[in-house]
Amino acid sequence: MSSEVRPYTLVAELTYKCPLRCVYCSNPLDYGRHADELDTGTWLRVFQEAEDLGVVQLNLTGGEPLIRNDLEPLIEEAHRLDLYTNLITGGIPLTVERLTRFRALGLDNVQLSIQDVGAGASDRIAGLRSFDRKLEVARWVKNLGFPLTINVVLHRDNLDRVADVIALAEDLSADRLELANAQYVGWALQNRAALLPTREQLERARAIAAAARARLRGTMEILFVTPDYYSEFPKACMDGWGRRFVVVSPDGLVLPCHAAHTLPGLEFESVRQRALGDIWRDSPGFNAFRGEAWMPEPCRSCDRRAIDFGGCRCQAFHLTGKAAATDPACRLSPDHGLIEAARAQALEAVGRAMPLEYRARTVSLRG
Amino acid sequence: MISAESRPRLAEKARLRFDRKAQQYLLLFPERGLALNPTAAEILKLCTGEHTVEAIIERLLETYDSQPREAVEREVVAFLAGMAERGLVKAGR
Repeated sequence: MSSEVRPYTLVAELTYKCPLRCVYCSNPLDYGRHADELDTGTWLRVFQEAEDLGVVQLNLTGGEPLIRNDLEPLIEEAHRLDLYTNLITGGIPLTVERLTRFRALGLDNVQLSIQDVGAGASDRIAGLRSFDRKLEVARWVKNLGFPLTINVVLHRDNLDRVADVIALAEDLSADRLELANAQYVGWALQNRAALLPTREQLERARAIAAAARARLRGTMEILFVTPDYYSEFPKACMDGWGRRFVVVSPDGLVLPCHAAHTLPGLEFESVRQRALGDIWRDSPGFNAFRGEAWMPEPCRSCDRRAIDFGGCRCQAFHLTGKAAATDPACRLSPDHGLIEAARAQALEAVGRAMPLEYRARTVSLRG
Repeated sequence: MISAESRPRLAEKARLRFDRKAQQYLLLFPERGLALNPTAAEILKLCTGEHTVEAIIERLLETYDSQPREAVEREVVAFLAGMAERGLVKAGR
């Protein structure tokens, strides 16, 4: 690989445990198999190795990172290494005292998930009464002087309320609002029939987001992540396999994306056995889809191959059974019919209530 | 709006950091970063809320004394306006 290939962002998935059970969770369906979590010392070493490798951004995520009782030393070390550190959280369980400590230790940004604009709908998606508490956490975040990102995953049942979502984020003085349409891998794929919107819904929401973006320019950044099921071309998943991001799973696997360990036949290595930099550079799993040699047609000769890198390997596998297939989201993919069928199903499902499958409970909270 | 009297400062979410690998400054903010050329880095280092745009221009003219003042003024104001539009710099009073 050329020397310019370095990761900019370490995604530290500190735990797969979470008090929420969102029906589109991006954790793998078999998250229970990765329960042997890294200890504090190993994470501190991983942060140092990541910084040596060129990482400048750190996402502390999960599951719910707040479940870890060692976030304080982790934030302290990240700050010492001058990493831009973003806590990606559902806000539960948290006290204002703990958040105040995070501020003092140098945490840079808090990204808080909210599932919808009202308690009923939000709590239904999360599988836990949590909405009111989340609003309280958002206010703590701002009162302490943190920048606040609000992340809302969009789907069939909340897309029509995107104007209310924006108003809520404004009300909370969010600095950034991520309107992230669900990506249909993991739990969201399990629940796709209940979650996938229609094109009409999506276009309406996109127009509302675009108008708000123009109105709030310089005050609140609004990101609208299009679902690839309704775009002509696939997304540049992770900015390309093993190019910009390095993910470490709760049990220490070093991955090019948070779901890469769901792909069969790829070997990923653990930070328990080898240094992060060695794994990044030469582990077979990392090199499997780097560059263009692995690409099938139509990707191989496509002039977009350096733009979208063939799309998402996990989506390709979970829809076609072949990890090296062109992402079916691409209209040029021979498997694009799978996406068209899902869109047709979404149209048929309009007005019908669909069942949801939840993650099992992994955390019980007192009080 | 950025004017000559503004005292621009980095937005709360933005932080400067020197990148050893590429030997340049980065402006980091949630999920993103901007690679800065030396002039951009110099301007943003002065965005502390203490210096007016006028003073920042004076400082740059010390380094880029071969450039006509109007050109430097124009570039600094345009750069800061662009950064303010992206929410990365606050105009300040």
